Amino acid sequence: MSEDKGKSQYTDELKNLSIQGIWKNNPAIVQLLGLCPLLAVTGSVVNGLGLGLATTLVLLGSNITVSLVRNFVPNEIRIPIFVMVIAAFVTVIELIMHAYTFELYQALGIFIPLIVTNCAIIGRAEAYASKNPVQFAAFDGLMMGLGFTIVLVVLGAMRELLGFGTLFDGMELLLGEWAANMTLVIYDTQANFLLAILPPGAFLGMGLLIAAKNLIDGAIAKRKAQSEQKVVQRARVTGTDL
Amino acid sequence: MWTFISRNGLILAGFAVVSTGLIAMTFYATKDEIAAAQEKQLLSVLNELVPHDKHSNELHTDCIIVKADPLLGNQPQRIFRARQNGDNYAAIVETTAPDGYSGDIELVVAVDTNLNSLGARVIAHRETPGLGDKIDLRISDWIKSFTDVSYSEETRSRWQVKKDGGQFDQFTGATITPRAVVNAVKNAIIYVELHGQSIFESPSSCGAPDTLVTPDIASTGSQTNNHTNGRYQ
Repeated sequence: MSEDKGKSQYTDELKNLSIQGIWKNNPAIVQLLGLCPLLAVTGSVVNGLGLGLATTLVLLGSNITVSLVRNFVPNEIRIPIFVMVIAAFVTVIELIMHAYTFELYQALGIFIPLIVTNCAIIGRAEAYASKNPVQFAAFDGLMMGLGFTIVLVVLGAMRELLGFGTLFDGMELLLGEWAANMTLVIYDTQANFLLAILPPGAFLGMGLLIAAKNLIDGAIAKRKAQSEQKVVQRARVTGTDL
Repeated sequence: MWTFISRNGLILAGFAVVSTGLIAMTFYATKDEIAAAQEKQLLSVLNELVPHDKHSNELHTDCIIVKADPLLGNQPQRIFRARQNGDNYAAIVETTAPDGYSGDIELVVAVDTNLNSLGARVIAHRETPGLGDKIDLRISDWIKSFTDVSYSEETRSRWQVKKDGGQFDQFTGATITPRAVVNAVKNAIIYVELHGQSIFESPSSCGAPDTLVTPDIASTGSQTNNHTNGRYQ
């Protein structure tokens, strides 16, 4: 009996973490963290996906490590230790990308080392991983990273589509040769739509994404309120019938 | 009090050791792979600067390593020789601009035997995104302004950014970076001018990096220095 209860609490927590990371508390469009790399590299899907995956790996690694050592680290020196852990993971990921995805590494350039300054990472270490057991911390890192990656990819797709008329161009830089044919040409343009490619396009796209999320949240809240009202009405009707 | 400080100090030191060790391990595991990727990129750049119809030799095997020289950024550098059926055509010089806005800028410059610049490419840099990174061919075409530009004593004063009275554009908000690149390309040409024939005549030596060749004409105060692995930072 109690085992069942523990199990459902476990899945509840995982479910809650997923909803928080991907939607309710999305690091990019709700917490608005890591905007500098987010806006700078999302010129195409492959750049967005590359940075998103790198950030997710760092989040996963740092959350696991921080959670594992949370009982040994004195409160006074936790911040320098978190910074050290994060910086180490970022450097490792940077070296690996330099070695195995050389062209993507060059395309993302300075923004890979800059993952270290993404507040979403130290934020999760401090707010969640340092207080929770390792399996939850790992899942939290994964979901927060996924939420961040989804926004990067959607924004990259919007800008690539508007700017170049393609999708998934250059996927082979990340995934290897077999992905070379993934490029979808949606429409042919003679002139690129500059606004979408340049940083202002990233700001506008970001604004539209946040607006869309608010719209959906608003619609959900409205529907919920309506259905609650209905329940109340029905209750009253049955009441008068009797 | 002291035990408190030393305990925390030890914990911090422990984390520093472990994370540094992790980075060092990754560094050694990926070192060869990174070097191979850089070589591959360099090779494609070489053939871009001096296209196949202009040379008949294998560029990456016909090369010498020259001693550190202030004109080439104070590091031992490689020079690749392009020859067309035995005639010397161009030297492609690796050089480092030590005065970029953030760290060294690694370049290759192709100079033909008449001291014309055939072109230049940036191999590695850490310049500011959106400002100085326009030296990168992926970002802008600026580096192509070195394609087929002649150099001589008379035109020397034109080898500067426009702000300093020369012929090369600077970028809005970033003058230091293009100035460093223009200087590095100019100095590479001056190096070829000073060492002339000896660059082409020295036997190929890139297979054995220990044998540094000094082109025999008196160089402009060549000096060796110790931080030779600056290209990795």
